[in-house]
Amino acid sequence: MKKKTINIAISGLNAIDSPGPGMAVARGLREAKSLDVRIIGLAYDTLEPMIYMHHLIDKTYQLPYPSAGTDAILSRIEYIHAQEDLDIIIPNFDAELYSFMKLEETLKKMGISMFLPTFEQFEERHKINLSKFGEKYDVTVPSNLGIYDTNEIPDETELTFPLVVKGKWYDAYIAYNKEQVKTYFNKISAKWGLPIILQEFIHGSEYNVTGLGDGKGNTIAAVPMRKQYITDKGKAWAGISIDEPELLELTHKFISATKWRGGFELELMKNQENKYYLLEINPRIPAWAYLSVGVGQNIPEALVKLALGEKVTPYSNYDVGKIFIRYSMDMIVDRKEFEKLSIDGEL
Amino acid sequence: MNIKKNIALSDSGYLFNPSSGESFVVNPIGIEIIDLIKQGKSFGDISKNLLQKYNTDEATLEKDYFDFLNMLRINQLINDEEKNN
Repeated sequence: MKKKTINIAISGLNAIDSPGPGMAVARGLREAKSLDVRIIGLAYDTLEPMIYMHHLIDKTYQLPYPSAGTDAILSRIEYIHAQEDLDIIIPNFDAELYSFMKLEETLKKMGISMFLPTFEQFEERHKINLSKFGEKYDVTVPSNLGIYDTNEIPDETELTFPLVVKGKWYDAYIAYNKEQVKTYFNKISAKWGLPIILQEFIHGSEYNVTGLGDGKGNTIAAVPMRKQYITDKGKAWAGISIDEPELLELTHKFISATKWRGGFELELMKNQENKYYLLEINPRIPAWAYLSVGVGQNIPEALVKLALGEKVTPYSNYDVGKIFIRYSMDMIVDRKEFEKLSIDGEL
Repeated sequence: MNIKKNIALSDSGYLFNPSSGESFVVNPIGIEIIDLIKQGKSFGDISKNLLQKYNTDEATLEKDYFDFLNMLRINQLINDEEKNN
């Protein structure tokens, strides 16, 4: 029997050096045995590479930036829905999640499902609230300070250098003195706004976990990975799946305590004393999530089924010692395609 | 003291720690020593075994053995609480 085609819109088509998760999500959906999908790309910029990867993305529409407000986004989604009869949207950018969370009920009434964290979950795990999060759920986190002005930067004597200067959504720099903290404050705030987070720098090895919570406290998927090659932007360009009970335990604890709903990524650092520090919780599927598909846990597939209200059996195992290695490649694209997207806003 | 149970060592000397994701390459004598430790042999047994096979003296062997053991320990490949002899 032929499966019903599910129309899924995804964002994060920027398969660049600091990539969005669209590629991992699209590949997971294409390889999902239980789904027959049509994938609609939602792009913000005309040069997001996945727009032109027609084997992965069937059709792309440009979206207004989140700063345009939810009304503008809704109006654009209504137009896309009229063309594509969308069943599901998977937003893959941190910066757009809030808008989509606000629109979740409205979109549901239009017949479009999502599977996103709740406002409370989204706020609680926010970088600026990490210290409180650590206290509440008994998780070790580095010390954090959120600031809105360079005047709030503590005196050099009160700071331990190096420290990490982080943006609300993206970007992080290591600062070795107060002057550098100021420079990075201005650089990041100009791009991503306020607050800026000053975080204790933890020396060690970087580990990540990607997973999926069903919103009732159950872990549907969890795959830990050690970063093996890190770009100058701190992104994993290669990583290996590992079997680390401590990380899986931490993940189960995170999901059951918060009743996390949706995909996520835990960013951790293991210091010289083998102690894990939780650095960040990203409320969406990460760009490296194709590793989870490759080791036997298709997170995008399971997320779609949860969004459709289907019962999903939790994944119980995965292959350990599988490596993902990212690569870059040039595509040759006809100017006509670029022109069509630029003029019509769709391709 | 023993090699952690989940450590994978192939015949080529490629050693993978699935908990940390780290991998190492050990030479043929390293493979031999790890195998002997895994079998639960004591330092005395291992020393006797290697002295019979290789052209070295007891003092050099002891120094190299404990250096190697220390490297395994630093890289968390040894479980000091896990005893089998």
